[in-house]
Amino acid sequence: MGQYLVRMLLQVVPVMFLISIIVFVLVHVTGDPVNLMLPETATEEDREILRAALGLDQPLYQQYFVYIKNVLQGDFGNSFHYGEPALPLVLERLPATFELAAVAMLIGIVIAVPCGMISAVKRNTVLDVIISFLSVIGKAMPNFWMGIMLILLFSVSLGLFPVSGRGGVEHIVLPAFTIGIGLAAQMTRLIRSNMLEILSQDYIRTARSKGLREVLVVGRHAFRNGLIPVVTIMSLQFTSLIGGTLVTETVFAWPGLGQLLVTSVNMRDMAVVQAAVFIIALVVIVCNMLTDVVYRYLDPRIKYN
Amino acid sequence: MSHLLEVNHLQTHFKTPDGILRAVNGVSFTVDAGETLAIVGESGSGKSVTSMSILGLVSDPGKVVGGEILFEGKNLLRLTKKEYRNMRGKAISVIFQEPMTSLNPIFTVGFQISEVLRTHYKLNRKAAKQRAIEMLDTVGIANAEKVYARYPHQLSGGMRQRVMIAIALVCQPKLLIADEPTTALDVTIQAQILELIQKLAKEQNTGVILITHDLGVVAEMADKVAVMYGGEIVEHASVEQIFHRPSHPYTQGLLASLPKIHEDEQRLYSLPGTVPNLLESSEGCTFAPRCKFASEACLQSKPRLALQGEQHWVSCLKAEEVRG
Ligand SMILES: Nc1ncnc2c1ncn2[C@@H]1O[C@H](COP(=O)(O)OP(=O)(O)OP(=O)(O)O)[C@@H](O)[C@H]1O
Ligand SMILES: [Mg+2]
Repeated sequence: MGQYLVRMLLQVVPVMFLISIIVFVLVHVTGDPVNLMLPETATEEDREILRAALGLDQPLYQQYFVYIKNVLQGDFGNSFHYGEPALPLVLERLPATFELAAVAMLIGIVIAVPCGMISAVKRNTVLDVIISFLSVIGKAMPNFWMGIMLILLFSVSLGLFPVSGRGGVEHIVLPAFTIGIGLAAQMTRLIRSNMLEILSQDYIRTARSKGLREVLVVGRHAFRNGLIPVVTIMSLQFTSLIGGTLVTETVFAWPGLGQLLVTSVNMRDMAVVQAAVFIIALVVIVCNMLTDVVYRYLDPRIKYN
Repeated sequence: MSHLLEVNHLQTHFKTPDGILRAVNGVSFTVDAGETLAIVGESGSGKSVTSMSILGLVSDPGKVVGGEILFEGKNLLRLTKKEYRNMRGKAISVIFQEPMTSLNPIFTVGFQISEVLRTHYKLNRKAAKQRAIEMLDTVGIANAEKVYARYPHQLSGGMRQRVMIAIALVCQPKLLIADEPTTALDVTIQAQILELIQKLAKEQNTGVILITHDLGVVAEMADKVAVMYGGEIVEHASVEQIFHRPSHPYTQGLLASLPKIHEDEQRLYSLPGTVPNLLESSEGCTFAPRCKFASEACLQSKPRLALQGEQHWVSCLKAEEVRG
């Protein structure tokens, strides 16, 4: 186990290195930030001076070496737009994004696990049909629409929750449900189909033949097996939430990473984009490692090698 | 004396989109304590559905629609769900064909043996473990204590089937159903497993229903044989009678299809004609279309199991002619 973790960490370093190169190149070939920083009236000479000051006149690989040296010291450069170091700007947004992703995920799981299980165990009954119907609707509703509907209903009409912003528990309810309902819909269908497959396995028949109560057959023998593939999907969804709750963040003016990333891309605020992508990549990698650990715990057939 | 198990006119049907499939259609037989009944018949003849019916584990879209299953004189079909559940794994156990997939991959074999003990007896963890290890030992697993903590994927097919036997027999059931317990195993392992089942069943005076394709196994292990065809029992007799005086044309066909020299290749696949369509209920004998003895009468009326000698039941209008 310890050895395994060390090996995982050894994989992280080259991956992060690669990501830093890719991001660096992509950002530099997509446009000249100097144009955005100077007024239209600036002469070509002014531009040259600024480029030289920023080191943008150097060859790309040299710029990269300077960049990576700084990155290793935690310095992603300054944001053109905010005039502050980029990394703290990104890290500042991380808790808000994490919070939203985690609560949304939790809502998704709390709804999807029982619904998916019930749907599978009571397949082709009225209950199953109702759950399937709701999950089709849940999946079909776009986040921005769902968000606006929730705001109209719960904030504007009922006045139960604030319309936007981040603050106390009441602030997160609507954006988290906006994302969570979609997640729940998707996961419900996944859990249902997984459980259906598991329930037809031979070892489920064995469990029944041992005289176990049906609750135990499903809850003990089927559930954990059914969970294994679901964990992968949940982790994928969680990581995609870290980088991409943009729509919801916009609707609810939620000060998260997605918002920062998109505005920075629009403004060619390279330092911020690089720092943000770097951090997101790191989070994704850590999530994947954790998923792997959970996987190993759930499925003894996977060995540490 | 009443039998350990008495199945009377059992009918198990499946509702399919094409109509009602009569997988088991009026099957009757008995099993006594310490006795081994072999059920033989082609693939799809209803052997497994019969055993699942006895266990009360026929699942949708199937249903036991008629007959009775008397276990120690009590009709199992009248039991509540809970009463039935309490019999399973304790009074009636089963070993399935697929040792590779019949154990849950995410639990240790020890847990899976202890589980059945703790389901039926008020045992604490330690006592259950103790008993489970003893049982692993009994089924011939060396290093029982170590194997207790192993996962199924760490064991060979033969070992897993031994574990399945341990699970099935740890509560000392009165009836054991073994549904092709060795089909998936190597030939050399097959004999060991069958011997083990036979030995433990004799020790515990367990009644055994042995479902098999292998007539060699039947000759070796069975006291009685029921031959199934198209969801019905066409002949039911002692093992000697079946081998020496087969009185149903289908039984004769099975025996004739045996290669006489190579003993390990006694399989039941080479009968001419096709398996009957269980969706249609025929007027006459289900076997008539494949039967060389069939006459007009056979196509008109269904034969019933009738006594043709001591404890020798045959369902054929021409049994006497067939026996010759
Ligand atoms: N769940 C089900 N739904 C529909 N039909 C079924 C179902 N289970 C079994 N049957 C049908 O019941 C019939 C008897 O099947 P069964 O499994 O008892 O055969 P078998 O004698 O055990 O064959 P084998 O030697 O291949 O194991 C077959 O025609 C099969 O198609
Ligand atoms: Mg079968």
